Amino acid sequence: MSKPKNAFMAWIDHRLPVTSTFEKHMSKYYAPKNLNFWYFFGVFSFLMLANQILSGVWLTMSFNPTQEGAFASVEYIMRDVEWGWLIRYMHSTGASFFFIVVYLHMFRGLMYGSYQKPRELIWIFGMGIYLALMAEAFMGYVLPWGQMSYWGAQVIISLFGAVPVVGDDLVTWIKGDFLISGITLNRFFALHVIALPLVLVALVFLHILALHEVGSNNPDGVDIKKYKDEQGRPLDGIPFHPFYTVHDLVGIVVFLMVFCFVIFFWPEGNGFFLEHANFEEANGLKTPEHIAPVWYFGAYYSVLRAIPDKLMGVIAMAAAIAILFVLPWLDRSPVKSWRYKGLFSKVAILVFAVDFIILTWLGTQPATVLYTWFARIASVIYFAFFIGMPFWTRIEKTKPVPERVTG
Amino acid sequence: MSNDGVNKGRRTLLIAVTAGMGAGAAVGVAVPFVKSWNPSEKAKAAGAPAKADVSKIEVGQMVVVEWRGKPVYLVKRSEETIGNLEGLAERLKDPSNGNKGQQPEYADNLYRSRKAELLVLEGVCTHLGCAPKYIPEVKPEPFDANWKGGFFCPCHGSRFDLAGRVFSGSPAAANLVVPPYGYLDDNTIIIGEDGASA
Repeated sequence: MSKPKNAFMAWIDHRLPVTSTFEKHMSKYYAPKNLNFWYFFGVFSFLMLANQILSGVWLTMSFNPTQEGAFASVEYIMRDVEWGWLIRYMHSTGASFFFIVVYLHMFRGLMYGSYQKPRELIWIFGMGIYLALMAEAFMGYVLPWGQMSYWGAQVIISLFGAVPVVGDDLVTWIKGDFLISGITLNRFFALHVIALPLVLVALVFLHILALHEVGSNNPDGVDIKKYKDEQGRPLDGIPFHPFYTVHDLVGIVVFLMVFCFVIFFWPEGNGFFLEHANFEEANGLKTPEHIAPVWYFGAYYSVLRAIPDKLMGVIAMAAAIAILFVLPWLDRSPVKSWRYKGLFSKVAILVFAVDFIILTWLGTQPATVLYTWFARIASVIYFAFFIGMPFWTRIEKTKPVPERVTG
Repeated sequence: MSNDGVNKGRRTLLIAVTAGMGAGAAVGVAVPFVKSWNPSEKAKAAGAPAKADVSKIEVGQMVVVEWRGKPVYLVKRSEETIGNLEGLAERLKDPSNGNKGQQPEYADNLYRSRKAELLVLEGVCTHLGCAPKYIPEVKPEPFDANWKGGFFCPCHGSRFDLAGRVFSGSPAAANLVVPPYGYLDDNTIIIGEDGASA
């Protein structure tokens, strides 16, 4: 395997650890050989991050972050800039795709117990990414300065007003004005294009570094490092490069075909990716008839609306996100993957997934009496999943986990 | 004193003092960055009072005036509406203006206004800042079968009566804010300063 290094690489490696880093993270990083379909979504998330950065940088070149110019400059990008419509849709529809693949990536972790010991830090960095991504998406949605940009920002920033004593001052401080104005828009632009992307990239780096330290989990939740050959390579592992790099390329091609189809023919996603009200310029005196967040915030918005008290609603919404961070310590099961957990765990994970989808959908709908009650029931199920997990994972009977991977 | 000439106690002290000074400096540097987020002088100066002619408002009609970028609702109330206000007390969270910050002293009355017939309110929901819709008709609504007219927030379903008082069961906790206002003469009000009450 080890070919004699050529003189150039030897010169470089003496000064910069290129070869050893490539080996550690690619050609000698052993990933379980039984990774399935669900393991594509981590790579897709990375791909979408690259897509958002690339298209975002190009949008910055034609966007005007002022109260007077923002809305018109987005129209200018859509109509007058060559290929501007494509780059804009890559970014705006790309945001929704980013959340789709991130949610599926998180669901994978839930199914196979990828957050369990020793991968708690990977999960926490991942949740940090998710949180930063929500802030990034929210601020990005404000920038086109449409009606939903404005009123969405009004609602989200007002959440901080629920903080006792300093709430109102905090809201003014965030807005930088007594109302949401060009000042708010301009600072959100700065955070959206510089501060948060830097945080995101740093967190992604830590997420992957922590993953490569302990190695990838797999659908069986089996530790592949238990059985190694004479050279110390896991028997059930294959080098990430070339095996998974080539394998992932196939997935990327299929994924990009779907992504392109949506960008070309369905970029607004029936008002789910770009809401109709946002094609009207921001008007601080008129709230749209039906105000709803973009779909990816729907679940938490439903939790917020379910509670008829401002402070308690905000606390419940924050708790719904915060409780995800401690998931590694809520699961007391001796096995990782749901394949070997009891029936109750399997049903609970599926019920939770359906419940999350229902909450997400309700968050995009008007707050009628009936829907509010649905949201209340779904919110209770949401929290029951996490609060009950330490109990049922401890007492339920698990199946024996095989010594080696099965797939 | 250790043999290799290292004074551990002194070293620990020096590290602690250096770290403390560094932390102090970091806090000091953070101040201008945090403060720069406050409203600028220009933003503060933009909040001039707004004048409005109220003589042309019909009974039952609502007119929206802009003040500090916020919608201010001016509603001319009928005798019937004014008469209904008292009977609603049981269904309200704060029927008698217990929360003093929501209205100036001169509007701390049953009508929450200087003159009973004219209601002046900030059209900013006290829940999360949407503009509540004016629904004056007394008839059953999907959100309230016993609706006596008032404001309904489309965002999260908060309900307010025709004095801006919040109904129980709404996510909003406080009544709608009555801005400072006054009558310049019988037909003109000024919003944003208390003015002289004509």
